[in-house]
Amino acid sequence: MAARTMFEKIWDAHVVHEEPGQPSLIYIDLHLVHEVTSPQAFDGLRMAGRKVRRPDLTVATADHNTPTWELTRPIEDQISKAQLDALDRNAAEFELPFYYDRFSENQGIVHVIGPDLGYTLPGKTVVCGDSHTSTHGALGCFAVGIGTSEVEHVLATQTLRQFKPRTMEIRVDGDLPNGVSAKDVILGIIGHIGVNGGTGHVIEYTGEAIRALSMDGRMTVCNMSIEGGARAGMIAPDDTTFDYVRTRPYAPKGAELEASIEEWRGLTTDSGAAYDRTVVINANDLAPFVTWGTKPDMVAQITDRVPDPASFGTTAEREAAERALEYMGLEPNQRIEDIRIDRVFLGACTNARIDDLRAAANVIRGRQVNSDVYAMVVPGSARVKAEAEAEGLDQVFKDAGFDWRVAGCSMCLGMNPDILDPGQRCASTSNRNFEGRQGKGGRTHLVSPEMAAAAAIAGHFVDVREF
Amino acid sequence: MEPFVQLEGVVAPLDAVNVDTDMIIPAIYLKSIERTGFGPHLFDRYRYNEDGSENPDFILNQEAYRSSRILVSGPNFGCGSSREHAPWALEDYGIRCVIAPSFADIFFNNCFKNGLLPLTLPEPDVRRIMDKAKDNPGFQITVDLEAKQVRDGEEEIVVDFEVDEFRRYCLLNGLDDIGLTLQHEDAISAFEARQA
Repeated sequence: MAARTMFEKIWDAHVVHEEPGQPSLIYIDLHLVHEVTSPQAFDGLRMAGRKVRRPDLTVATADHNTPTWELTRPIEDQISKAQLDALDRNAAEFELPFYYDRFSENQGIVHVIGPDLGYTLPGKTVVCGDSHTSTHGALGCFAVGIGTSEVEHVLATQTLRQFKPRTMEIRVDGDLPNGVSAKDVILGIIGHIGVNGGTGHVIEYTGEAIRALSMDGRMTVCNMSIEGGARAGMIAPDDTTFDYVRTRPYAPKGAELEASIEEWRGLTTDSGAAYDRTVVINANDLAPFVTWGTKPDMVAQITDRVPDPASFGTTAEREAAERALEYMGLEPNQRIEDIRIDRVFLGACTNARIDDLRAAANVIRGRQVNSDVYAMVVPGSARVKAEAEAEGLDQVFKDAGFDWRVAGCSMCLGMNPDILDPGQRCASTSNRNFEGRQGKGGRTHLVSPEMAAAAAIAGHFVDVREF
Repeated sequence: MEPFVQLEGVVAPLDAVNVDTDMIIPAIYLKSIERTGFGPHLFDRYRYNEDGSENPDFILNQEAYRSSRILVSGPNFGCGSSREHAPWALEDYGIRCVIAPSFADIFFNNCFKNGLLPLTLPEPDVRRIMDKAKDNPGFQITVDLEAKQVRDGEEEIVVDFEVDEFRRYCLLNGLDDIGLTLQHEDAISAFEARQA
């Protein structure tokens, strides 16, 4: 058989039906469901008298609307509550065995719990009505975000109609310099390829710097593939992946797991297989990054200055930069380190896993949040929260003056009560700095957990390498 | 799904690059459990002032563009989230076609599931339509999916386009995807039997 990429191997193994000129019918091994993009899909099933074909391959949780205050306090927003109630009803009516409501010990951001609980496994096809489904590709699976019509399609048929995407290799050569995290790797990549650099492609991240990342770090990288326009991101499974899977509660165990691991070793891209595109990045060129604008590719190194829109090549780029600076309340050539912040958000499916919390805690231990800053930590899941508390990380954050919250998507997109006030400036570990993303008029700077933690203490951005 | 064959209507120029899904409809409006009713929140942050009044500078608030059925914009339209509320909001407002040099993948796909045509045209053609729509408020074009052509009344602009044939067929006939897939029930069951 011809040499194939990892993506092609997984794709080929899931084709149910193909016809020339038509999208392929692909079997879906895992469907993750949350409250925002599913109610209309369940309604569609109901109206057509259809069932969920494979409830056993469907995992649902409540994450976007859930308040991050203590669970004993009721939800005040009645529209949010109605959406959460709808998922309760749909999970019961369609008999979903794996539904984790906001009180469950397994609840959390859908892209945190899938891998953490052991549902996401190498070689699988994974979908969710959420663009950050790309996260799951870190385990060596093909994971794509879909719209609500496709959610309904997968619920009804356990398949997805897809035109085969093209493949793109992004290789990060060399060792990451000290103080440069997985978040900086992906911000650097997006800064390089642009917000539509990956459109129509599945990215496979390769190279020494990627191999050296922990699973949590790999998930951070794959999470933001969509911010570069890609359909999905993936990383070949290796011993780091298998060691991670071995400790997951709902992953296969014992001889069954070891047999699967032997199969998964064969998923890696064959030598001689061709990608449609390859981008090479040198790890030495990466540094802690901060976004200065309103798209994730508007990034600068911490030691740099805010760019002058006049320095951009095209009129469209110039106008976009001018508009971004106006929205962000920044001046051309202002030093990034001189930007003062009002809020810090440590959370989201990008950076709310245990490694992220540990890394941030190491920066703030024994220090105090700046008196001008309100800082909050929102763990990615109830399990991550419990794990962090068992290690005493909650106390480290509380002692420093951080608010320690209950798991959920929170201020990544402001569907729950956690939002920025107009004009407020936030150092955020989330994935999108779009206008109004964290609340109308809010100003978002994307950074790593370490950089967010350091900014919380300093009151402005600061180079974590020298902090 | 309502078939899309020929669409004649006013063109609204939204001259910006990377129009994202939070711009099309902010997350705060995604809480409804219905498929309809999102139109009033389309481009919410730009259409309305702080006090909820209309922002007269926004294109869709100008009289000649209020009844637009076609939107023309810059590259990478619809980037960001997978929210189908974005095409739902456009459709609920009355817009059934977006013309741009390129689209983000998930948005592009979501449009076809809802009877909307995301039409990719070469940048110079998009620019000509954009300029014409800016200079002549109320400028109308016909998007003819059957003939695969965009044209204005005077035929100053006539652009032939390509759309994937399968997607075109589904749009022209207003076909439900799930129904089509269930014709392959045997293949799905056979796949499941092999996996078990």
